[in-house]
Amino acid sequence: MTYIGLSVADLAIGAVLIVANGLLSLSLGLKIERTLVIATLRMVIQLTLVGYVLTAVFELASPLWTGAIAFVMIVFAGYEVAARQDRRLKGLWSYGLGATAMTFSSTLVTVLALTTQISPDPWYDPQYAIPLLGMILGNSMTGIALGLSTLTSGVARDRIAIEAQLCLGATRWHACGPIARSAIRTGMMPMINAMAAAGLVSLPGMMTGQILAGVPPTEAVRYQILIMFLIVGATGLGVLMTVFGGLTYLTDSRHRLRLDRLHQARMS
Amino acid sequence: MLSLTHLEPRGLAPVDLALDDGACLAISGPSGAGKTVLLRAIADLDRNGGDAETNSMIRSQVAAPVWRKAVTYVPAESGWWADQVDAHMPAGDPGPLLDSLNLDRACLAWQVSRLSTGERQRLALIRALLLDPNVLLLDEPTSALDDAATGAVERVLTQRMNGGTTVVIVTHDGEQAQRLGGTVAVVGKGCVELSTAGGGR
Repeated sequence: MTYIGLSVADLAIGAVLIVANGLLSLSLGLKIERTLVIATLRMVIQLTLVGYVLTAVFELASPLWTGAIAFVMIVFAGYEVAARQDRRLKGLWSYGLGATAMTFSSTLVTVLALTTQISPDPWYDPQYAIPLLGMILGNSMTGIALGLSTLTSGVARDRIAIEAQLCLGATRWHACGPIARSAIRTGMMPMINAMAAAGLVSLPGMMTGQILAGVPPTEAVRYQILIMFLIVGATGLGVLMTVFGGLTYLTDSRHRLRLDRLHQARMS
Repeated sequence: MLSLTHLEPRGLAPVDLALDDGACLAISGPSGAGKTVLLRAIADLDRNGGDAETNSMIRSQVAAPVWRKAVTYVPAESGWWADQVDAHMPAGDPGPLLDSLNLDRACLAWQVSRLSTGERQRLALIRALLLDPNVLLLDEPTSALDDAATGAVERVLTQRMNGGTTVVIVTHDGEQAQRLGGTVAVVGKGCVELSTAGGGR
């Protein structure tokens, strides 16, 4: 079991594929060459920087720095959730709802895994804490963004049907229940599908990475199973919090539908 | 009965109003003047100021769903949340109401998508009537109906009013107000004006 390092020249050969795609775009008039170049440059620069930052943070092994990195990751994830909404919540909720749900669910699940199952010493060892949080955050972010956008587009689309029920004396929970349930289902679906397809259709990235690094496949698989459990746990909790919080904000204590707290759909 | 004390719908001056049991108030006024805003404010569907009362139930002292079962708003555009008609009906027997509004009793088993606009309008009224509210807030309840169906709706409403139900109805039809024996109020220029003083019967 050996680990094969990559040189800059190896990467340059790989980059030929990007150049080929760019040429294709030029010759077919796809007009994606600009975005392709920008995305490629961003990816290379971002990952290179992250490599240096992680190396530094791993060497420091300080809970303060680990926490700071975790904080930055959550801030970006919260921003990403807000950016993926067609109809954004007004005010701080737009950004804060997803970020709060992720802070709570992802941190809880990560700390649980670090203190009980993986147990590095110390438990906040950044070599474990940061990749773990990254995987949990990245996946639950997708679920939370999907769940929230299903909720907001649902209440906006079904306004008349929801208000018809409110008019007849239904509570806000009863009138919006079906939409909230479908939002939670939608948010959970990608992870449930990923679990069902894992190993057959797709080899999960983390497991693949461990195998490439020389870890025996059975050992890597065990890690991957644990990660899947953690991701599903964090996604479920995060989606539930987001949908419940979103519904609370989009209605009020007098059981009114408050679409005035929702921005217009973005024109795209 | 329905009494409004300094009710402040958005964009309208405060409204004070008292309607007896069995009274009818017909609201008219140009489009966009705030007729629907007024009804929605009474039903507490939008933020508004002031308070309202019906048969010693004070709006600010009960939960909104309780208030809306006693003071029931029927919007101009009816909303449907299930596939089949009967899923929208509250407890009670809609049969007699279907008969008196010229609807087929079998329509309860139909898909909502099959209903015409006029059928939807009458069924939306029926599901509100089944709650047996003290006050009905009706937003153009006969706008999609022919003369025969309009007459049927007015007969049912008159019957309810004789039984003590108070009716607030938005209508563009001055004769409809007369047929229902209603006091007329005009919404315009940001305020609600009763054409005869006081209100009531």
